[in-house]
Amino acid sequence: MYKAKVNVTLRPSILDPKGKAAHHALENLGLNQVEKVRIGKFIELDVNADSEDAAKAVVEQACAKLLANEVMEDFTIEIES
Amino acid sequence: MATFGVIVFPGSNCDHDAYHAMKHVLGCETKFLWHKDTDLSGIDFLIVPGGFSYGDYLRSGAIARFSPIMQEVVKFAEKGGPVMGICNGFQILLEAGLIPGAMMHNHQLRFVCKNVFIRCETTDSLFTGSLEKGQVFDIPVSHGEGNYFIDQDGLKSLQDNDQVLFRYSDAKGELTESANFNGSIDHIAGITNTGRNVLGMMPHPERAMEKILGSEDGKPIFESILNSLSVA
Repeated sequence: MYKAKVNVTLRPSILDPKGKAAHHALENLGLNQVEKVRIGKFIELDVNADSEDAAKAVVEQACAKLLANEVMEDFTIEIES
Repeated sequence: MATFGVIVFPGSNCDHDAYHAMKHVLGCETKFLWHKDTDLSGIDFLIVPGGFSYGDYLRSGAIARFSPIMQEVVKFAEKGGPVMGICNGFQILLEAGLIPGAMMHNHQLRFVCKNVFIRCETTDSLFTGSLEKGQVFDIPVSHGEGNYFIDQDGLKSLQDNDQVLFRYSDAKGELTESANFNGSIDHIAGITNTGRNVLGMMPHPERAMEKILGSEDGKPIFESILNSLSVA
């Protein structure tokens, strides 16, 4: 069994209103050192596969078909055994 | 006379509005189609209604697009069958890849429920054939994720192919910044595919069918569709 950690983030070119709102709130908290906030999704999957590569291939399909919308989002995958 | 099919997903909430509009206001044969159905025989025009299919989990429309019926809807559309997605229906058609682009959260991050004005941008479609270019309609919107996005190349191709059917405008038909309340790229409120048989729009014409309910500006849009279907 492999554990996959997927991060889905908005593409850099796309405005992130949630990140902007959170950034604004952080400024109100006095945390002015924070220069930028981008909000994405973190997804964990347990994958039954024979090898790390096979697990990664499955998760890549899952991301491309469902978990991320590649029109506006990018994803990264980390596999842990 | 054309038979309309209204798809019902778990979480649809404008299915009855669409049914009422087609069946009771316009007097068309109309059927509900459950999302697990796979039989579209006898249906001439499909409406994918608004709502919160599957609770909008993951992204609006992302789960609904894998419903059994959606595989048939894609086949129906690919054969040239007319499909209209309203609000959540638009989001589902985007996720299904029947029309290009994606929806982001409204730029002010608020759910907006009010009447807005949309302008007809082209009469070259079965949905807008009997409207007038530049005609303005008073139609309700009700969404949190209606901020339409497409990359610059995609936008250019939409413009070059005359695929934008409706834009958000003011009452006079001017594309003012405040009229574009959700931040959609190029004021886009409704687009069609390159085959011109699929329409996705965020505003709800099916909720603007009777004067007593505030506006009947949705009626000419559906009447335009009926005209096109009776000629076809």
